[in-house]
Amino acid sequence: MSTLVDIINAFALLSNFVLVPAISYGSQLALGALGVTLIFGILRFANFAHGDLMAFGTMITILFTWWFQSLNINLGFLPTAILALPFAIILTSMFAIIIEKSVFRFYRLNKSPPVILLIASIGVMFMINAIVRFIIGPNDQRFFDGEKFIIRAGEFKEITGLSEGIAIKSTQVITLIVTLVAVMLLFYFLNRTKTGKAMRAFSDNEDLALLSGVNPDRIVLITWIIAATLATIAGTLYGLDKSFKPFTYFMLLLPIFASAILGGIGSPIGAVVGGYIIAFSEIMLTYAYKKFFIYLLPDSLSPTGLVQLLSTDYKFAISFLILVIVLVLRPSGIFKGKTL
Amino acid sequence: MSYLYGKNMVGGYGGADILNGCSIKVNRGEIAVIVGPNGAGKSTAMKAILGLLKLKEGKIELNGQDITKISPQERVKYGMAFVPQTNNVFNSMTVRENLEMGAHLREDNILNTLNQVFKLFPVLKDKEKQLAGELSGGQRQQVAVGRAMMTNPDFLLLDEPTAGVSPIVMNELFERILEIKNTGVSILIVEQNARQALSIADQGFVLVNGTNKISGTGSELLSNENVRRSFLGG
Repeated sequence: MSTLVDIINAFALLSNFVLVPAISYGSQLALGALGVTLIFGILRFANFAHGDLMAFGTMITILFTWWFQSLNINLGFLPTAILALPFAIILTSMFAIIIEKSVFRFYRLNKSPPVILLIASIGVMFMINAIVRFIIGPNDQRFFDGEKFIIRAGEFKEITGLSEGIAIKSTQVITLIVTLVAVMLLFYFLNRTKTGKAMRAFSDNEDLALLSGVNPDRIVLITWIIAATLATIAGTLYGLDKSFKPFTYFMLLLPIFASAILGGIGSPIGAVVGGYIIAFSEIMLTYAYKKFFIYLLPDSLSPTGLVQLLSTDYKFAISFLILVIVLVLRPSGIFKGKTL
Repeated sequence: MSYLYGKNMVGGYGGADILNGCSIKVNRGEIAVIVGPNGAGKSTAMKAILGLLKLKEGKIELNGQDITKISPQERVKYGMAFVPQTNNVFNSMTVRENLEMGAHLREDNILNTLNQVFKLFPVLKDKEKQLAGELSGGQRQQVAVGRAMMTNPDFLLLDEPTAGVSPIVMNELFERILEIKNTGVSILIVEQNARQALSIADQGFVLVNGTNKISGTGSELLSNENVRRSFLGG
C-alpha cells in the first residue's frame, strides 16, 4: 500500500515534469495564438508568417541582449532580454507595418479572397525565414542570463523532505507573469477602450463598422502592432525558456494554429484556453509515467515499461490530431469563433 | 428647396443599369418612402444616395451641396445615418456597445443621446448588457435604429426596417419612426409594407424598373387607383 508520502511524491513528480512546464509552454502558445486569432478576426486571413514573425522578434531581442551585454548593462537576477524586449517590440512592429504596406495592403484594397492573403502570407513566411537565417544564422542561440532557478529541485527536497523535487525556473515564472500582464492589458484594451471596441466591431461586421465611421486603415495598423507585440513577447519567452532556433519557431506554427482553432478562431479568450489545452495535451501524452505509478501502485503492480503513450518525437502529431478532431467535430471551436 | 435631392440617378452594379434616371426628394423634417415591386431598384436608389453605388449619371445634393463624389464614410460626417436591411447590428457586442459604436465619431458627451434612445426604445435599456445577437428580430431592429440615432443624424435612411418582424412590432416601429421625425430628423424609408409606410409618409415615390412611376404625398398615393391596384392589393 502506498503511503501518503508516496502520493505526495507522485504529485510532486507530476508537477515538476508536467504541470510547471505545461503552464509555461501553454502561456507561450496562448500569446502566439492570440496574435493569429486577432489577425484572423480583423484582417480575415490565416497568417502563416506568424511563427516567423515570432522568430524575427526574438532575433531582435537577442541582438539587443548581446549589445547590452557588451555594454555591461544588465538587470541583475533578471535576464537582460527583458530589457531588450521593448526595443524588439518597437522594431518588430515597424517591420510588420512595412510588410503590411508592401504586401498585404495591396490584396486587401483589391478585396482579394482570404485564400490569396493566406498564400501571400506563406510567401512572407519564407521571406522572414530567410532574413532571420541571414542575420543570425540557422543555429541554436542561447541568450539567457541572470538567475536560472527560483527553486532548485535539490533545495525543494531539502525544505520539504520529499524524495521528489519541484524545480521552478525563473523563465517559467517570468513567462507566467508576462503572459498574465499581456493578456490582461489586451482584454482591457479590447473591452474597455474606444479603439478596442472599434476593433471588435470591425471584426464582427466590417460594413456596419465602416458605416459607423470606423477608420479601417487605423484598425489594420493597430492590429499589426498588437500582433507583432504578442509575437515578439511569445517568441522571446519561448527562446528564454528553451533556446532560439529559427526552424523551431517555424514548427511552432502548428501548435499555435491548433490552439487558435481549438479555442475558436477570432475569439481571444479561446486562443488563451486553446493554448493551455494544447500544451497540457502535448506534455501529458508524451510524459513517461513509470515513476509516477511506482509511487502510487503496490510493488507487485509496478509497471515495467515507460508507461509513455507517445514518444516525444510525436508531440507535433498531437496538435495535428487535435486540430483534425476539432475541424471535424466542432469547426467553430470551444468559444464559437468564426468557422473556417 | 428639398433637403436631399437625388437627381436623375443612373447606375447599377456592372451589367445592366438598375436605376434608369429616377429622382428622389426628401424635404427637411419629413418622411419620404420609396415603394415598388421587387427588383424595381428601391434599395439600389437608397444605396446610391448613400454613396455605396457609383452613379453613371445624375447627382446627389444634400442641403444644396453636391455630395455625389463623397465616400459613404464621409457622408456619415454630413449627418447621414443608414440602417441596412440585414446584418445591421454587431452580434458579438452588447446592446450598449452597439449604441456606443454609433457614436464612434463623436467627441462630445453621448449620454444625452443615449438617454433619448433608451426613451425611444425602453426595451434596450433593460437589455443594455445583453449581446445584440441574442435578441429577437424586432429588438435587434430597434438596436439598429438606435445605433443610427446615436450618430445624432439630420438624415436617417432605413432599408426595409420592418422586414422579418411581427405585425405588432411593425406598428410600433412605425410609431417610433414618426417620433424620430418629430425631433426634426429627415427620413427616407424603403419599404415592402407599402400601405403602412405610405400612411406615415409625407412624400411617396413609386419606382418601377428604376424610374419614377408615380410620386406624390403619402395620402395621394394611398388613394391613387393605379397604386392601390398594383401595390396595395386592391
